[in-house]
Amino acid sequence: MNPQTMQSIPAAADYIRILPEIVLSIFGMVIMFLDPLLDEEKSQKLLGGIGLAGTIAALLSTWIMAQSPGFAFWNMVRVDEFSVFFHALVILIALVLILTSYEYMAVQRIRAGEYYGLILLGLVGMCLMSSAVELVLIFIALEISSISTYILAGFRRRSAISSESSLKYFLLGSFATAFFLYGVALMFGATGSTNIEEISAYLNSGNVTVLAYVAVAFMFIGLGFKVAAAPFHVWTPDVYEGAPAPVVGYMSTAPKAAAFAVLLRVLFEINAPGRFWLVWISAALSMTLGNVAALVQDNVKRLLAYSSIAHAGYVLVAFAARPDVGAPAVMFYMASYAAMNVGAFAVVSHLANAGERYVTVEDYAGLGRRSPFLAGALAIFLISLIGIPITGGFFAKFYVFSAALQSNLVVLTIIGVSNSALGAYYYLRLIVAMYMKDGSDDVPVLPIPASLALALVITITATVYLGVVPGRVLDSVQRSAQQLVRPAESTQPAQLNQVAPPHSL
Amino acid sequence: MNTSGLDPIILTLVTFIPAIGALLLLVIPRRDRDIRIFALIVSLFAFGASLHLVARVHRWLPGFQYEVDKAWISKPNIHYHMGVDGISMWLVLLTTFLTPLCVLISWKSIHERVKEFFILLLVLETALIGVFTALDLFLFYFFWESTLIPMALLIGIYGHGRKVYAAVKFFLYTMVASMFMLAAVIWLYAKVGSFDFVKIQEAIRAGHVEGFATAAPWLFLGFFIAFAVKVPLFPFHTWLPDAHVEAPTAGSVLLAGVLLKMGTYGLLRFNLGLFPDQARQNAPWICTLALIGIVYGALVAMVQPNLKRVIAYSSVSHLGFVVLGIFSFTQAGLNGAMFVMLAHGVSTGALFMLAGIIYERKHTYEITEMGGLATPMPKYATFFLFVTLASVGLPLLNGFIGEFLVLSGAFQANPWYGIIGATGVIWSACYLLWMYQRVFFGKVTHPENNSLPDLSALEQLALWPTAVAALVMGVAPLLWLNIIDPAVQTALTALVPNAARVVGQ
Repeated sequence: MNPQTMQSIPAAADYIRILPEIVLSIFGMVIMFLDPLLDEEKSQKLLGGIGLAGTIAALLSTWIMAQSPGFAFWNMVRVDEFSVFFHALVILIALVLILTSYEYMAVQRIRAGEYYGLILLGLVGMCLMSSAVELVLIFIALEISSISTYILAGFRRRSAISSESSLKYFLLGSFATAFFLYGVALMFGATGSTNIEEISAYLNSGNVTVLAYVAVAFMFIGLGFKVAAAPFHVWTPDVYEGAPAPVVGYMSTAPKAAAFAVLLRVLFEINAPGRFWLVWISAALSMTLGNVAALVQDNVKRLLAYSSIAHAGYVLVAFAARPDVGAPAVMFYMASYAAMNVGAFAVVSHLANAGERYVTVEDYAGLGRRSPFLAGALAIFLISLIGIPITGGFFAKFYVFSAALQSNLVVLTIIGVSNSALGAYYYLRLIVAMYMKDGSDDVPVLPIPASLALALVITITATVYLGVVPGRVLDSVQRSAQQLVRPAESTQPAQLNQVAPPHSL
Repeated sequence: MNTSGLDPIILTLVTFIPAIGALLLLVIPRRDRDIRIFALIVSLFAFGASLHLVARVHRWLPGFQYEVDKAWISKPNIHYHMGVDGISMWLVLLTTFLTPLCVLISWKSIHERVKEFFILLLVLETALIGVFTALDLFLFYFFWESTLIPMALLIGIYGHGRKVYAAVKFFLYTMVASMFMLAAVIWLYAKVGSFDFVKIQEAIRAGHVEGFATAAPWLFLGFFIAFAVKVPLFPFHTWLPDAHVEAPTAGSVLLAGVLLKMGTYGLLRFNLGLFPDQARQNAPWICTLALIGIVYGALVAMVQPNLKRVIAYSSVSHLGFVVLGIFSFTQAGLNGAMFVMLAHGVSTGALFMLAGIIYERKHTYEITEMGGLATPMPKYATFFLFVTLASVGLPLLNGFIGEFLVLSGAFQANPWYGIIGATGVIWSACYLLWMYQRVFFGKVTHPENNSLPDLSALEQLALWPTAVAALVMGVAPLLWLNIIDPAVQTALTALVPNAARVVGQ
């Protein structure tokens, strides 16, 4: 960074390039400010409405931001199709989350103010994670997003298990971010810069030292924790089991998507040395451990927690592939995983009822009869999680595995394909319970409020849309991936041979 | 009326009419009678549309007709490519022919969750037609997997006995197997750059596929396993009896009538079409498996105490003939295999309907619970005898033509194939006629059977078309073979370089 640019005053365009973050911060603070002033009973709907308005405003400002791509704030932020994609994705997830939380908050008798505020403020961090191209800023954004998620996990204050979840997440999460920070410091030591492009240029000119390998490994550990990839996944089931159900839907998608965005930058844009086996082993472990452990779960939240570990593994398969085919596969996977998982958790949180009492597979027995709409919606999400055609989950898996095969990762593909066959079993268990078992009538199904119905319609539409006409989203992710890997392209062939083993498995 | 304008869209129409009907059913109010009538109209409409295929087919033209080829997804290069030849056209027709009968036969027997039943049935029909019309490998896989969910749900929800076990077994068995096919499909795409069946076939024939020689045996196996499980070829058949016995009548009819043919169609189209050399190399052991299937299926059928299990194992035996015919690589064998597929669809479909009719009256399939039924139910006994004779292979009925052609083809390929295969015909006469004798002849052994009502008008309406079809196919097989033969010759040209070996009609 040269001193001249440092001194210059940010232009108006700079602010437009972080407009969604600004909008979200303002709305978040307004909610925080209004919360103590309002009567608790009345505040629920109003604050939720403000939160919803905030996400919609943020979506609009993302669109405005997309009109002026480029760098901002002394090359710390870059707006391109890549960051716009992740902005839109995490904001949409939050929008659906707020819709599902509306009724959940009332049923669980949770005070809503800080809840919606934290969602929006956490969103600021996630948005920033996708547009920051400066490792220190990425770290700050990561912390903003993580801290709000730690608190959200503990929101069922009356339940000990929720507090446990929050504390566990906080302690382990801080540990992981420390790893990331350590990695950033080492990367600075290895390359003399914290700017992604400068690091990339430096490393691609052939100056790869041991330090750089260590730095990549440390950053991968930090981010691996955030995306719940094995072997950094042990926190996931406990945290997911204790946290409020809508928050789990959110945690398993939005912060994950943002963390994957950072991983894309760190591994692909930097063209990180030595990433291949790191990612390969983690992918194979995540898929296998996640799926095997999910087989024996009776608690639906735990089951979906292990499934999310497995899905992180599928995404990591694409990270082991060639950047030009791997990056779009990652982005498409996150979009369709978000649609189906947020939707699934919306159903789970509605059925959980007061105190999250009904969360075991047995409680879902006979749901097809008691509530055809909820059962049908959940069935679609589960079918998508299995990866059956007509749903986004199918194309997501398809792109990941074809990216892997195009990069000659035959063994990893076989592990992945056998895992997705294995995974079918536990998702099927839920479908079987819903449709083919007779349930007891003492598991009540509350009437479906309009907000939840809207959330489900959005997620179902997204899941089916991505499964039938994935073309537009796919084009978009392919364009953004090109922007991502272009800087390194000039020196890529030589670099790739060095990174990937000759007969890459 | 000039209907030629329909040619370019007729396949799309035939394929998606049932799906559109299913969508409309979603919004039709839950009055069971209306739903049944609507489903019947939709399925008849699809049948009517499919007749257009036969009416305007160019009989002696090899290659695909009524083709549509539109880009669906740009990258990866997936096309909406549909087309039929003499092989697939009849299978489409078989599907549209059997579905209205399934609706009729389920008229009374399904009285719970009627709406969902017919939605699933119509969705299944679309998926089945799609399998036979798709010419893009991706599209094919898409439809192939799409058949799983509706069929599994039909068995699991509307079946009886150990229905959940049967549904899950069916689902996992076929899904795991088709994963191998998916891997092979993606491999082909990675090398050829297209999913188009015709293009891939040309590329392989021209030797333009890099690494094909080493990969071909594995690719052949990948496709083969998926199809062999579906057929089912011995020893992959164990899912079939379970699925059949527990499935509702309509499910059994479509399962035996059409789903199994997906496997043999796949063998014929893809294993022979794409890998002729591997098909030749592997023919001996595949034919051996087919012969084991013929004899083993027949022997096991003989000792079954359960009506539906007898018919299920007879399917294993009959489908063995189809595989034997296909891998004999003779014109007669392939023509015969095609004809057996159609004949088996009609007569086994009818047998399952008849089994379902007695189940509705007695709620059991146990043969010992029957006996002497010809006295109280003369019409039923007559239909049953007619269909049994068709299935046994009585000349002038449909079973005879196909089996005769297969056996004559098998003799040309290897006399032993013919000799062992021919015993299958004898076995099938043994077990079917013996079963018939135990069920219908003699004195009424259970007094309550005296009061069994004979066929209702509705049931007769469902049975008559199959009886007529069985007779017409037996008397005038050329109506079918004239259209099958050119397609079969095209398929053979790649397989049998020495055309003199082919002893035709």
